[in-house]
Amino acid sequence: MEIKDCERLRTSVCGVELRTPLIPASGCFGFGYGMEAYYDLDILGAIAIKGTTLHPRLGNPLPRVAECYSGMINSVGLQNPGIHKVISEEIPKLRKVFHNPIVANISGFSIDEYVETCRLVSPVEQVEIIELNVSCPNVHGGGMSFGTCPESVAEVVKEVKKVIDKPLVVKLTPNVTDIVSIARAAEDAGADGLCLINTLLGMRVNLRTRRPVIANTMGGFSGPAVFPVAVRMVYQVSNAVKIPVIGCGGVSTADDVIEMMMAGASAVEVGTANLIDPYACKDIIDALPAAMDKYKIEKLTDIIGTV
Amino acid sequence: MKTDRYKEKTFRIVSNRRLAVKTWEMVLEGDTSDLTRPGQFVNIKIEGKFLRRPISVCDWSEGRLLLLYDVVGDGTEEMSRMEPGKRLNILSGLGNGFNMEASGERPLLVGGGIGVAPLLGLARRLREEGKKPLAVLGFNTADDIVMKTMLEAHGIETIVSTADGSEGVKGFVTDAILGGNLAYDYFYACGPLPMLRALCEKLDGPGELSLDERMACGFGICMCCVLETKSGPKGICKAGPVFPKDELIWK
Repeated sequence: MEIKDCERLRTSVCGVELRTPLIPASGCFGFGYGMEAYYDLDILGAIAIKGTTLHPRLGNPLPRVAECYSGMINSVGLQNPGIHKVISEEIPKLRKVFHNPIVANISGFSIDEYVETCRLVSPVEQVEIIELNVSCPNVHGGGMSFGTCPESVAEVVKEVKKVIDKPLVVKLTPNVTDIVSIARAAEDAGADGLCLINTLLGMRVNLRTRRPVIANTMGGFSGPAVFPVAVRMVYQVSNAVKIPVIGCGGVSTADDVIEMMMAGASAVEVGTANLIDPYACKDIIDALPAAMDKYKIEKLTDIIGTV
Repeated sequence: MKTDRYKEKTFRIVSNRRLAVKTWEMVLEGDTSDLTRPGQFVNIKIEGKFLRRPISVCDWSEGRLLLLYDVVGDGTEEMSRMEPGKRLNILSGLGNGFNMEASGERPLLVGGGIGVAPLLGLARRLREEGKKPLAVLGFNTADDIVMKTMLEAHGIETIVSTADGSEGVKGFVTDAILGGNLAYDYFYACGPLPMLRALCEKLDGPGELSLDERMACGFGICMCCVLETKSGPKGICKAGPVFPKDELIWK
């Protein structure tokens, strides 16, 4: 039996059935197409495409990347061709090589922009989840600034929900003092699910030049180093809300997937691991059945939030 | 049927030696089948480092890979300490590489500093096709010079310039090319940005240039090395690193 037909690996998020719990995280898999050169993309539960805004964005100056212990910092700055081109060119290219749900990750710089972009993407075929990015640390006046206070999260969620007919998953930033209050605000405003965590705000200094490594000074820290933070936040939030949680942050192995799901995740996004190994998601999925046997897990859905 | 094309591969270090003040040569054994064109690069996993290190392919043959690299930071410093026999995890065959079909009969190959690295594989293949490549290599000083004897060993005519005049033509590669009235049909270039810019501004005729940038993935998904070109934003790692002269925007 092919791994993509393995019943033990099936899960669901907000009523959307996923063949496997793995979703390449937004910003770590481009728009998905091109990656079919490596493996059959249909083993992936879904693909979260590159964060998209209403208007095209050129992103931040280079360098955008910095080495860290067990992780990296990026400051791409939501570079994307804008929602119109994403709908007319990028998603159709992905649909040719991928047949499972697409997660459209949407960001904005005002409530109106979030609303308009989500309204445009909602009717698109195969987009089955809209992931509201209120957590990008690399843009000023947008992204994370909406995700750091319960009132603004609630307002953007409430307005977006009025114009879409697809499940809305809100991707939260860990750069807050009380993640639970933000999560509850999103749930109360009508969010269908949550995804956490986005990157942690970080910085490196080049000792030779005595300047920041990243042109934009700061950026989002990700990779295996942030995994314990993500597990902790998934645990706290999934115990505080009724809506499903997608776990994200440093997941690199099948054991990490199981740990994240035991902590409360219904599905798992894999981000930075893809950048080190293009086969990362495939290798994790292939390793899941043996890891489940090892921990005496019959079906993945049996372990969600059981810790 | 999917293959393991572009899957990470294990290479074994055959030799690793210093060629110049900061330039090293590493010879490796392993599966080079992912490489299709000169000018491509490999992305190397280094113990203790999270991100891979992208290194230009100097030359290759079946089962054998030749790299030249400058020690510029912690990652390349670690590489310089590696002993023969050590195994490295490498993503190979990355980037577009040079378009050899555009060369004409007399292609000019221009390299500056460690940017000379990909010119060996290119020059050797152009010569095998019966072309008459001419190489111009620019360095700061005589102690930095590499590649000249390697190219000459393959019968490639090679001119060197040094900024301080300690060997060859005094000045930059553009001084050697324009001052020497060198005739050529097409140019290939790799080196620091100021050199590439000077070539685009001062050299007549068509050509292509290989760019260098900090990267994360090296295969086009993270958008950490995106360059604005005349046909829109392009990832240097996948759409490049080689771009036609007319595609580049100089600000």
